[in-house]
Amino acid sequence: MAVCIAVIAKENYPLYIRSVPTQNELKFHYTVHTSLDVVEEKISAAGKAMADQRELYLGLLYPTEDYKVYGYVTNSKVKFVIVVDSSNTSLRDNEIRSMFRKLHNSFTDVMCNPFYNPGDPVQSKVFEGMVSGMMVQVS
Amino acid sequence: MADEVLFDFLHMEMVSHVYKEQRSSKGELDSKDRAVCVSILEGMGFRVGQGLIERMTRDSPSFKDELDMMKFICKDFWTQVFRKQIDNLRTNHQGTYVLQDNKFVLLTQLSSGKQYLEEAPKYLAYSCGLVRGALSNLGLESVVTAEVSLMPSCKFQVVIQKL
Repeated sequence: MAVCIAVIAKENYPLYIRSVPTQNELKFHYTVHTSLDVVEEKISAAGKAMADQRELYLGLLYPTEDYKVYGYVTNSKVKFVIVVDSSNTSLRDNEIRSMFRKLHNSFTDVMCNPFYNPGDPVQSKVFEGMVSGMMVQVS
Repeated sequence: MADEVLFDFLHMEMVSHVYKEQRSSKGELDSKDRAVCVSILEGMGFRVGQGLIERMTRDSPSFKDELDMMKFICKDFWTQVFRKQIDNLRTNHQGTYVLQDNKFVLLTQLSSGKQYLEEAPKYLAYSCGLVRGALSNLGLESVVTAEVSLMPSCKFQVVIQKL
């Protein structure tokens, strides 16, 4: 279960960012912002290595004492960042990958919506519903 | 397969609708109006191209370089949208690519020779926008133009804008 989910555009501004609990939002915004540097590093490192198969899933970006941050970049250079609680050690790599897959599928549907202009903040209710399903439930 | 013609018909109607709209406001179409019509169709194609690329590149790995992206456009993208591949890709390795399609799907019903040559550009505007939108979502700004010398074969010229 994620604590914070962010979708960041090609130009590195957020298209969608949501965190639970809503009190410490600024801290999560800051965490996501700093993780962008790590994402850039991974993308350029993969480019220099000239691998034939460059994966979209970037894996664990960096762990802090409370949280772990995972990254994923699409072919259109839109980045997804998921922050999960460190105490929740039961989350396996496969589960994180499936979360990113769901995010990517939902985002593709948003892109294909003719009423959505690329570059605008994401306001789709379906997307919000899918993200709520992945976030930690706060009582 | 009946579903293939649906888009062909929709496209034909789109083109005639856009031109009719412009004609209704004035009596006659001058070259400025024609340019407006072409840019409306191109804009439609641009937005659709962006969405299509998002869907198509969902599972494929990242592209190594510009040429790789152009090859993707020529093969997978063209097959998905126009049910065939580009017949010939030429480049000067400095950002200009010429995509040649010898039997362009949207032109086959018009003629197979020199007849209606002057009407052909209207039917290519949307496809130019499609290519431009696809490249833009992959990260390449470009200018796409098309030319026809013998129906139904046409050439799309893509010039990548280097920043």
